[in-house]
Amino acid sequence: MAYSDKVIDHYSNPKNVGTLDKGSKSVGTGLVGAPECGDVMRLQIQVDEATGVITDAKFKTFGCGSAIASSSLATEWLKGKTIDEAVKIDNMDLVEELNLPPVKIHCSVLAEDAIKAAINDFRVKNGLAELVFEQSHV
Amino acid sequence: MLKLPIYLDHNATTPMDPRVLEAMIPYFVENFGNAASRNHSFGWQAEEAVDYAREQVAQLIGADPKEIIFTSGATEGDNLGIKGVYEMYASKGNHIITCTTEHKAVLDTCKHLEKLGAEVTYLEVQPDGLIDLKQLEAAMKPTTILVAIMYANNEIGVIQPVKEIGAIAKKHGALFFTDAVQAVGKIPVDVIADGIDIMAFTAHKMYGPKGVGALYVRRKNPRVKVTAQVDGGGHERGMRSGTLNVPGIVGFGKACELARLEMAADTERISKLRDKLENALKVIDESYVNGNPAHRLPHVSNISFKYVEGEGLMMGFNKDIALSSGSACTSASLEPSYVLKALGLGDDLAHSSLRFGLGRYTTEEQIDFTIKAVTDTVLKLREMSPLWEMFKEGIDIDAIQWAHH
Repeated sequence: MAYSDKVIDHYSNPKNVGTLDKGSKSVGTGLVGAPECGDVMRLQIQVDEATGVITDAKFKTFGCGSAIASSSLATEWLKGKTIDEAVKIDNMDLVEELNLPPVKIHCSVLAEDAIKAAINDFRVKNGLAELVFEQSHV
Repeated sequence: MLKLPIYLDHNATTPMDPRVLEAMIPYFVENFGNAASRNHSFGWQAEEAVDYAREQVAQLIGADPKEIIFTSGATEGDNLGIKGVYEMYASKGNHIITCTTEHKAVLDTCKHLEKLGAEVTYLEVQPDGLIDLKQLEAAMKPTTILVAIMYANNEIGVIQPVKEIGAIAKKHGALFFTDAVQAVGKIPVDVIADGIDIMAFTAHKMYGPKGVGALYVRRKNPRVKVTAQVDGGGHERGMRSGTLNVPGIVGFGKACELARLEMAADTERISKLRDKLENALKVIDESYVNGNPAHRLPHVSNISFKYVEGEGLMMGFNKDIALSSGSACTSASLEPSYVLKALGLGDDLAHSSLRFGLGRYTTEEQIDFTIKAVTDTVLKLREMSPLWEMFKEGIDIDAIQWAHH
């Protein structure tokens, strides 16, 4: 199976690989997937508490090239968005941008789940209720 | 100059040896006869070529030429060998013993027979990939007609204790079938010494053409028969009808002859390269060689690089190096290799594995390039792996409750 140029680019030069302080109140961490499924994604957001704007985003991913690319692109998109805007990122947008084939759609689902998990982690830390999300497109 | 890409997937298929191609060429246009045409020179010529190839094939495995049934490949051989025995020996019993790490051509054939009334025992393998002979012995019953255990495994290269298996089968009056696709042409295989009754193998794993293989069917002590699965003109002693693939068979014969003459030298050279590769990659932290290292094919190495995913790993160098991963991230099931799982490897290690299959044309330069490319990619991806970070922090990853997708 051939990868799209965009997947190859994110895989070769991933954006925002790294770790934020998960103990910090202004950091939300989402850890999704499972080693036995071959994909684990950890996505973190640094949020400006005053404005609700995501000032930084980092990821680390165990998975195939499409999973790495999906999380790399997700961090790119997160930066500069408010939490409310970030919630609206849809996995199919990642699929479209990266040109993922059907067998790799689950990678984008995982990235969307990681974003939502990070947002909820941030909300809970800051005394807000967890958001309940619908199932994403599989 | 190093020519890219490098082919290290010789367990999937091998390139054809140019000497094999040369032997085949006259049998396409010039000597095109049907080996079954008994009354003209075109047929005689083809028959003669097939007879000669049959001798070359038989000689490689210590068989009589009459014991060689040409097939389209090992999948057909597996089907004919197992289904053919099941049908032929139905009055004796319906029990077949095989193991969980067999090729799908064997496993699915057994599953098919189960639907028709066969009782099949699937032996588990030990963590090193070998079956436990005591378990085999314990599984034997009066109704056991066939023991079907592969000679060497395609994913991890482990060589089963074939002689002992053959002896146990014989002691209990059952036949011993082996899928020897990965072994024949790579290591010495002798059907008499190994006590094999039926054996499937194929040309394209030993520098021969695709689309041709053979089934060895013993004629003495005991005389074995298999019921034909393809009916027609009664070719191949009635066991496999269909016009013979003369050029393919000629090429197969040549490939067997070359294997017989060059195996020792090839093995010595290739196993040194394999060991060099393996030793260099074992230096990487948390890398594990899969399968029994002492009972293993000389050209295969299967290594898990913990905390990186196999497909992602391959992406780092697959424009330059062709090999296989035990990860099945592209398949709909997302299930990793059933062979690695049968060894008791966790799914994480199975997902993290690469299979290196070296061959006749592999060079030291290619191995040096591969060592560097794989090492660099593993280290790079570990920097990106949350699991590696947790491992480094001393977090027990197995204790985490992962949300499954």
